[in-house]
Amino acid sequence: MSELPPKLAELVEDFSQVGVKDRLQLLLELSEELPALPARYDGHREDMEQVHECQTPLFLAVEVDDTDRVHLYFDAPLEAPTTRGFASIMYNGLDGETAETVLAVPNDFYAALGLGEAVSPLRLRGMVAMLSRIKNQVRERTAVG
Amino acid sequence: MPVPNDSNPKLAEYAHPQSLVTTEWLAEHLGDPGLVVVESDEDVLLYETGHIPGSVKVDWHTELNDPVTRDYVDGPRFAEICSERGINRDSTVVFYGDKNNWWATYALWVFSLFGHRDLRILDGGRAKWVAEGREMTRDASKPGPGDYPVIERDDDRIRAFKDDVLNHIGKPMVDVRSPGEYSGELLHMPDYPQEGAVRGGHIPGAANVPWARAAAEDGTFRSRAELEAIYLTEQGLNPSDPVVAYCRIGERSSHTWFVLTHLLGFGNVRNYDGSWTEWGNSVRVPIAVGTER
Repeated sequence: MSELPPKLAELVEDFSQVGVKDRLQLLLELSEELPALPARYDGHREDMEQVHECQTPLFLAVEVDDTDRVHLYFDAPLEAPTTRGFASIMYNGLDGETAETVLAVPNDFYAALGLGEAVSPLRLRGMVAMLSRIKNQVRERTAVG
Repeated sequence: MPVPNDSNPKLAEYAHPQSLVTTEWLAEHLGDPGLVVVESDEDVLLYETGHIPGSVKVDWHTELNDPVTRDYVDGPRFAEICSERGINRDSTVVFYGDKNNWWATYALWVFSLFGHRDLRILDGGRAKWVAEGREMTRDASKPGPGDYPVIERDDDRIRAFKDDVLNHIGKPMVDVRSPGEYSGELLHMPDYPQEGAVRGGHIPGAANVPWARAAAEDGTFRSRAELEAIYLTEQGLNPSDPVVAYCRIGERSSHTWFVLTHLLGFGNVRNYDGSWTEWGNSVRVPIAVGTER
């Protein structure tokens, strides 16, 4: 997995080293670590993009700063811990990376997390959609002129 | 000793009042011998964030489905699932879950395929229990091992397959999906594009009654009179009719199956779990588009 940014690679390793039950536990812990929205997005879903592919409403905002670093913001209800867990994987793995690095993440990286067995492949589609929407926004924000 | 029924007057109105319990009843009976409370949610992690004390979890997707064939688990696996959770053949099982008990009724339907006798739904589900500030815990439940026998699944009574549905065309059918899916404008449920089909529309003759119309704002089932107004008066269904209900994978229609069978007393309702993900992808089956049946 040489293409993955280090923090994302570390997460993939954490997941792949444990059994199915512990993967769920790990996802639960990650869901609880998802940072709250900063004030500028709190209550401003119109400034965020909805990820329709997730089974529960998830809103996403992507910023690229002056140093070309990507910043991710997510809003998902507490009653949707799986979706929050996926968002947290994105946040922990990609926030602060350069636009180029984020765009280079393989779209199928999630397969290596081994979550298919734990949460079912159907539920994983939301994560694929999250990554592609993040990439689209990064492309928009970094498009020249 | 059998677990008593809930004698709440709202429930008494339904055709089979013993199929529901209220949150008050459950709070009183938690821990009764012979009672097992099962949480079944759409979100696979929701139970872990907190659940009714002593309840166990059954996941619709990773546990009730066969991992390889598109089918439900078989008798031996079902016996393991139950025994691990302290469920015996004579246990009273109360299901509850998120989203208006959508997945709880699905789990109840699958348990019904195995002919488990005493199955009930917590009226209002997880949301009502939480809204009332009732106790939730993250403590792992430690059910004593059950000794569930291996029972052969009965797919004839309450389950319909594609060929059954082809033969059923012309008889009452309920499509419980959203109006956009029914008319064919949408190839999937709003917000669930992963379960698509190559053709949109509905099975000819099926009435469109979105499943959630049977639920009130607080997640409880609507009263018997309200349900009769929808299914009998408005849709013209009769409790003696043979009815097939479907959605896209058979989960939303389990909710309607429960309403028709247990709350309104229909005697012959089958859930077509292949639903639109099978029908809308099948070659040469008849499809109707638009809002007309």
